Amino acid sequence: MLKTFKLGGVHPPENKLSKNQKIETLALPKSVFIPVAMHIGAPATPLVKKGDKVKVGQVIAQSSSFVSTNIHSSVSGTVKKVDFSADSSGYPKQGIFIDVEGDEWMDEIDRTTDLVKEISVDGAEIVKRIQDAGIVGLGGATFPTHVKLVPPKGMKAELLLINGVECEPYLTADHRLMLEKADEIMVGIQLLMKAMNVDKAVIGIENNKPDAIQLLKEKCKTCPGVSVVALKVQYPQGGEKQLINAVTGREVPSGALPIAVGAVVSNVGTAFAVYEAIQKNKPLFERVVTVTGKGVLKPSNFLVRIGTPTSELVEAAGGLPDDTGKIISGGPMMGKAIPSLDVPVTKGTSGILLMREEESKRKEVLNCIRCSRCTSVCPMGLEPYLLMTLGEKQIFDRAEQERVMDCIECGSCSYTCPSNRPLLDYIRFGKGKVGAIIRSRKK
Amino acid sequence: MSIIVIYTIVTLSLIGATAAIILYFVAQKFKVFEDPRIDEVEGALPGANCGGCGFAGCRAFAEACVKASDLGDLNCPVGGNDTMASVATTLGLEAVKKDPRVAFIRCNGTCDNRPKTSSFDGASTCSIASSVYSGETDCQFGCLGYGDCVDACDFDAIDLRAEMGVPLILDDKCVACGACVDACPKNLIELRKKMPKDRKIVVACRNTDKGGVARKACSVACIGCGKCEKVCAFDAITIENNLAFIDSDKCKLCRKCAPVCPTNSILELNFPPRKVKPEPELETKEN
Repeated sequence: MLKTFKLGGVHPPENKLSKNQKIETLALPKSVFIPVAMHIGAPATPLVKKGDKVKVGQVIAQSSSFVSTNIHSSVSGTVKKVDFSADSSGYPKQGIFIDVEGDEWMDEIDRTTDLVKEISVDGAEIVKRIQDAGIVGLGGATFPTHVKLVPPKGMKAELLLINGVECEPYLTADHRLMLEKADEIMVGIQLLMKAMNVDKAVIGIENNKPDAIQLLKEKCKTCPGVSVVALKVQYPQGGEKQLINAVTGREVPSGALPIAVGAVVSNVGTAFAVYEAIQKNKPLFERVVTVTGKGVLKPSNFLVRIGTPTSELVEAAGGLPDDTGKIISGGPMMGKAIPSLDVPVTKGTSGILLMREEESKRKEVLNCIRCSRCTSVCPMGLEPYLLMTLGEKQIFDRAEQERVMDCIECGSCSYTCPSNRPLLDYIRFGKGKVGAIIRSRKK
Repeated sequence: MSIIVIYTIVTLSLIGATAAIILYFVAQKFKVFEDPRIDEVEGALPGANCGGCGFAGCRAFAEACVKASDLGDLNCPVGGNDTMASVATTLGLEAVKKDPRVAFIRCNGTCDNRPKTSSFDGASTCSIASSVYSGETDCQFGCLGYGDCVDACDFDAIDLRAEMGVPLILDDKCVACGACVDACPKNLIELRKKMPKDRKIVVACRNTDKGGVARKACSVACIGCGKCEKVCAFDAITIENNLAFIDSDKCKLCRKCAPVCPTNSILELNFPPRKVKPEPELETKEN
């Protein structure tokens, strides 16, 4: 029997429309907007000013603390301005506007496609290079990777887990990457293993990607210590705590990080970015983005420069369908609707999903009938109906006791609710408030 | 048969009497002294328990009044000066007169003035909508219109006006308890000095974007041009971050600022209609 995580989970229709589309390189946009806060942690500090000439791969904003990361220019051209512009939340965020002129890369970047297998640097150097290259978790959480690789005092990593699950419906970016860049990913995994000083890595892939499982199993034969585990299709298996549970059977305690059970989880996209950063000297300034949706003419996977406006991607996938109701950055379960097409692609954008009008509408909210479906699907073992009420009535102390902070915001509860209750909306609200209370208590 | 009844009555009476004696001595021993004036003060208060005074309820406020040596920092906004005067007499202190206040929503971004550019169909509360994104219009400062202030108001003083997009505070019902001020995630609500006949001159905008951006999002946005600041004879208007603010404590309701506003973001409320040739001098003397 295939492995999966123990608690809860749902299985929404997969709709992987673009799984057979090869990754295409998107044409350069005319201008880009690169936000300085594309990661969890402190925003980077801009280094350039209006009128500066920049090259592809040049550092344009510097990491401002340990939990932060460098931002590199994704294009060559002139800095138009360093200003605030609305991001996916509609609130203005600082960023750098660059007008594209040509495509001139930094000299040290190796632009050949030859596979470089020999690892010539030591562990500490790898971590430093990852930090310099601005690599963050590309699964969507955008947590700076170098922070994960250095375990806190008294803890030791034993196992590297590579997340090739891609449990979100529609998205195929990781799937395509595994098929097309398998060799590079394997080298990336070895680099990560060396940086963490572990001798075992497991790649978790859901069973709906048999081609990727087979290919990577093949590649593993030449890589000692690396193995592939096929997993039962179950959302949200891509959550790091769920993946650890599915692969190792261990359970991350409430409030703790995966390192507490000796595991570090990285996405396959991250492993690929690590390969490029170390072996090809190429910092993180482009990523694979799936553009998909039932109304989309040509669902595709694009290799996109960070900062490209969403409109360019939609255009390349055949234009905006007339009946589009919602544009979602990310997948349908955890993604976020964006208010305009000017929103740029950031390091965490794994997909652009165009939902048709009739799919996107929320249904009428009815009363809770205490069916407890939300409780049975919650992968963290919480009671969503209760947390929703606590959020609604603003009873935050009780919400904290009920472990609202453990919620991974996967949305399984809202998805499964027969009364269409906006469970996650209220839980996320309560989580935000409780988080603020906890932070103010620490001060 | 009857003897059982008599026994029962006698036994129960004895138990009752013993318990009464014990309770009497216990009550004497553990008696808590409470200032009788607290009850008196509480009686004089409106009993709304709204928390507008900053205390948990009317009782807590009464206790604070009795403990206080002067009433300068204590004010019951619901009862106003009359209530505070009677509290002061009870306590033998001097009442400090405070200007009555009234809440005002500083946004006039109704559906006509501020076009919608997206739509939100999540949980319909302002606190959640504002935590998810900036709102359905291009103005990230404006009213969201889901009525968190209406829910917070204990006095039915806010009309949601769902069809308009911005709620309205009913001056005759508002007691300036400030519950709506805390409830608004966009910090739009301000407690302003209550003027005679509920008249108001107020900048109904909180948009600190640059003029062009603000104007594009909303036709009645304050663009921070500073014309009103120049025309004001009482230094009541200040411009900060592209936004004008009229200090209600300094404003004399002269109405000079409203006609010069190029975007009509300054509202004059409850005034008689202007004459064909306005003579602001007459209005100045009103206060």
